Amino acid sequence: MNVSLIEFEITVVLLGMGVLLLDLWTPAERKPGLGLAAALSLLLVLVATFLVPIPQGAAASGFGGGYLLDGLALFFKRFFLVAAILVLVMQTEFADRIASGISEFYALVLFALAGMMFAASANNFVMLFVAIELITVTFYVLTSFQRGRTASLEAGVKYLILGALSSGFLVFGIALIYGTSGTMSFPEIAAKIKASHDLAHGALFQLGVLLVLVALGFKIAAVPMQIWAPDVYQGAPAPVTAFLAVGSKAAGMVLLLRVLLTAVPDLASHSAKLLMTVAGITILYGSLCAIPQRNLKRLLGYSSIASAGFLLLGISALSLNGISAILYYLGGYLFTVLAAFLVICIVTRNTKDEDISVLAGLHQRSPLLAAGLTLAMVSLAGVPPLAGFFGKFLLLKAAVESASNPEFRSAYYTLVAVGIVGVIISLYYYFGVMKAIFWTKPTGDLSPIPLSLPARLALYVCIAGMLFLGLYPGPLLDFTDGVVKAVFN
Amino acid sequence: MSLLTHILGWPLLAALVLAFVPRNFRFLTRLVALAATFTSAALAVVMFVKFDTDAATDFQFVQILPWVKSLGISYHVGVDGLNVGLVLMGALVSFAACCCAWEIKEREKEFYILLLVMTGGILGAFASLDVFFLYFFHELALVPAFIMIGVWGRGEEKDYATFKITLYLSLGALLALIGLLALYLQMPEDKRTFDLVAMTAHFRAQGMDGSAQQFIFPLLLFGFGILVSLWPFHTWAPLAYGAAPTATAMLHAGVLKKFGLYGLIRIALPMMPEGAAMWMNCLALLCLGNILYCGLVAMKQKDLNLLIGNSSVAHMGFVFLGIASLNVLGITGAVLVMIAHGLLAALSFALSGYLYQQTKTLEMEKLGGLLRQMPFFGAALVMAAMAGCGLPGFANFAGEALIFFGAWTEFRVVTVIAAWGALVIGAVYMLRAVRSVLHGPLPQEWHVAKDVTTPWRRLPFALLLGALLLFGFFPALLTRKIEPVVKQIVKDARAVLKPAITAGVKN
Repeated sequence: MNVSLIEFEITVVLLGMGVLLLDLWTPAERKPGLGLAAALSLLLVLVATFLVPIPQGAAASGFGGGYLLDGLALFFKRFFLVAAILVLVMQTEFADRIASGISEFYALVLFALAGMMFAASANNFVMLFVAIELITVTFYVLTSFQRGRTASLEAGVKYLILGALSSGFLVFGIALIYGTSGTMSFPEIAAKIKASHDLAHGALFQLGVLLVLVALGFKIAAVPMQIWAPDVYQGAPAPVTAFLAVGSKAAGMVLLLRVLLTAVPDLASHSAKLLMTVAGITILYGSLCAIPQRNLKRLLGYSSIASAGFLLLGISALSLNGISAILYYLGGYLFTVLAAFLVICIVTRNTKDEDISVLAGLHQRSPLLAAGLTLAMVSLAGVPPLAGFFGKFLLLKAAVESASNPEFRSAYYTLVAVGIVGVIISLYYYFGVMKAIFWTKPTGDLSPIPLSLPARLALYVCIAGMLFLGLYPGPLLDFTDGVVKAVFN
Repeated sequence: MSLLTHILGWPLLAALVLAFVPRNFRFLTRLVALAATFTSAALAVVMFVKFDTDAATDFQFVQILPWVKSLGISYHVGVDGLNVGLVLMGALVSFAACCCAWEIKEREKEFYILLLVMTGGILGAFASLDVFFLYFFHELALVPAFIMIGVWGRGEEKDYATFKITLYLSLGALLALIGLLALYLQMPEDKRTFDLVAMTAHFRAQGMDGSAQQFIFPLLLFGFGILVSLWPFHTWAPLAYGAAPTATAMLHAGVLKKFGLYGLIRIALPMMPEGAAMWMNCLALLCLGNILYCGLVAMKQKDLNLLIGNSSVAHMGFVFLGIASLNVLGITGAVLVMIAHGLLAALSFALSGYLYQQTKTLEMEKLGGLLRQMPFFGAALVMAAMAGCGLPGFANFAGEALIFFGAWTEFRVVTVIAAWGALVIGAVYMLRAVRSVLHGPLPQEWHVAKDVTTPWRRLPFALLLGALLLFGFFPALLTRKIEPVVKQIVKDARAVLKPAITAGVKN
């Protein structure tokens, strides 16, 4: 097999080990700088991914077909790399709040990144399981990294217990699928379903697929496996929450796409109503529960559940445009959510809690941070001319498009209506954050907030990303359309 | 580049420039904003004069730039007889609003940036001939309005008003968006485009499936209707205008609100004549809610701003009535009222905003006798009130008269009630407001109130009044441009309507 296929993953893992090794020789006061070095190295890897031509037609594969390097994998690898670079910058901002082991903090993110990059390429259930476990186990440690804070430990334990439960579901599901179909490989399963009608209709096989979907639903925080999200988002250190919200969710999403559309496409098209129901409930649950929240990270936790619902809305459209919309939405979501967490991470440096009221007077303390968070909220709410708007526009368009199928017309329109209700509710709580920034009377500290150069750059990148994807959607949309056509057609 | 791109581009460019002007250069900030809106207004006048009335059904000053090819979205602007007047009105009101923004004393930089973005969005929404950009520009204008009301608004109910207008208008916009998407998807797959001209031509030639029209039309009707404060979805309007800073209220009540009406006439009627025929009776009844209910509510108001807000909701009822009549007279009148009311609403809110600066209250019981103290202001307020109750000489009269003539042939009872509402209820609350604010004894505390003295301060009022009078005396300046376009729309709608009616009779 061709080792060069996994060169990016190998580089990232080596980088993680390198950070751990360098830690031994680096004096304590310079250790936080390792994060920036890692971020710069990842930037080089990111540039390198653009030098790899996108495989056309038959994609390159390795590990006995378990690993696939196609356009979709490449899209997500770049996505994860960008996310990790910004998260590493965020972590260096956070370094003063970590008692010890800052290098491990960086290294674990790099290992999780490697897991995500493997997930992007997973083409059989073994690779899927290994990638997911690599991500999840590193996150167990990362969520509880602030050992001095009870909230952080609590988040770690909750994530551990529910994560273990979902891993159990996953293994059980995989076992059932393997037991009934006799193979782990996604394309082979699809071929066997085509060949024998009985397989797809067997209760055990369907149960297996269902259990795998439930386990992947845990990763993207979709109902009924959403319950951990608010607590873990609130308790975990801000950079970890950001990586969880962006990276882990996208990893779950790419695996969901692969399983549903490569392994069991027929089953997926028969379960459109199930997907729609889950999407609708997830949107409503996330938006309704976000209304009374006062803790910023918890609020974003619920908002990320609602976003998972919108992503599922794209899947349930069961069309190429729907998948393309998901990729576009995730692209915008990356910059938006990371901008929000970056600002929160910096603003809460000297405050004990993360209550919304810490934002009061932010526009005076730091206009750039205020602008960044405002744009992020506006983009999450789906207002033009920002990235979030175009993503939601494409998702809703895909759903309305699928409604031309008379069998599902009313179902799709109901789902779109639920989506609209979700957007309206979300406007309420996102505007609540903007209200806190601009017109709540500030009471406490009004000193300007210092902003380091890397953090400033990262914020500029996020803002530029949000604006670019909102104002000039052509290039990315053409790219995602091409990828989706090549992979799923 | 087309003149239109300049008209909507200068404010947006100025907003970008202002972002880099330091905060304490207050004079420069104001100057840039005024210069940009003045340029737009002047160019809009040039465009209006240069507009070829004989070719009013053709799009002029057109510019097309592809934006997202795979979806068929392009930046496409142009004016025909229908929107040339609206763009002019929008540009004039934007300049007047910018002149009236001197009351903003804190965070001026942000205010002017938002005001300029809103202006650019408004003008873009009326100039766009691409359905996606139509929506895009409208939202671009809407969001600054929400923020301006939230940050610079006044009164105790400011927060509530901000959330109410945000949620209501977003709901309306999203409903309309779904309707527009559904329209887009009605096109055959290989021809799909958001281009308004191509879409209209396609549906005019091919027609649209009747059942599709049945569910898309109400989406647009109620989506756009919420944006225009169609009864019973109007409650956000008076509240938000009462809380909004002067310039925002002028721009929103005057111009942005007309977007929903424009969308109905530009998109819904020509593309879905069957849907229109089906829903127009319903619209005619709902518009009575605007005219009567909101008129009566306006009569009860003690606050001048709430009165103006309610009366502006009531005036929207006339436009809806004109649209519902589905004939040339009615719809031409509706467009005329849209322009006239845009100028009038802006003038009214500019006046009430000025008064608030002088007295810090708008409760009519506390005011009185101000005509002696403030003759220019008083005269302008009287003229605005007269225009509001439809006195001949103002553009409103011409439009409302056309609407009643048009509606009479379609809905006699509704027209009688509406005319009564317009003439009696409107006159009662307008004259009552004039009496309690301007006449009677002058309370001691208002001796400090100053009139509008400097020419600069008088300019916005004079500009808006002048335009109202100009179009009042020479409505043909507008109607000759509007009518040919409306004729085309009505011809198509009637072609569908007639067989439907005869079929109904046969059954």
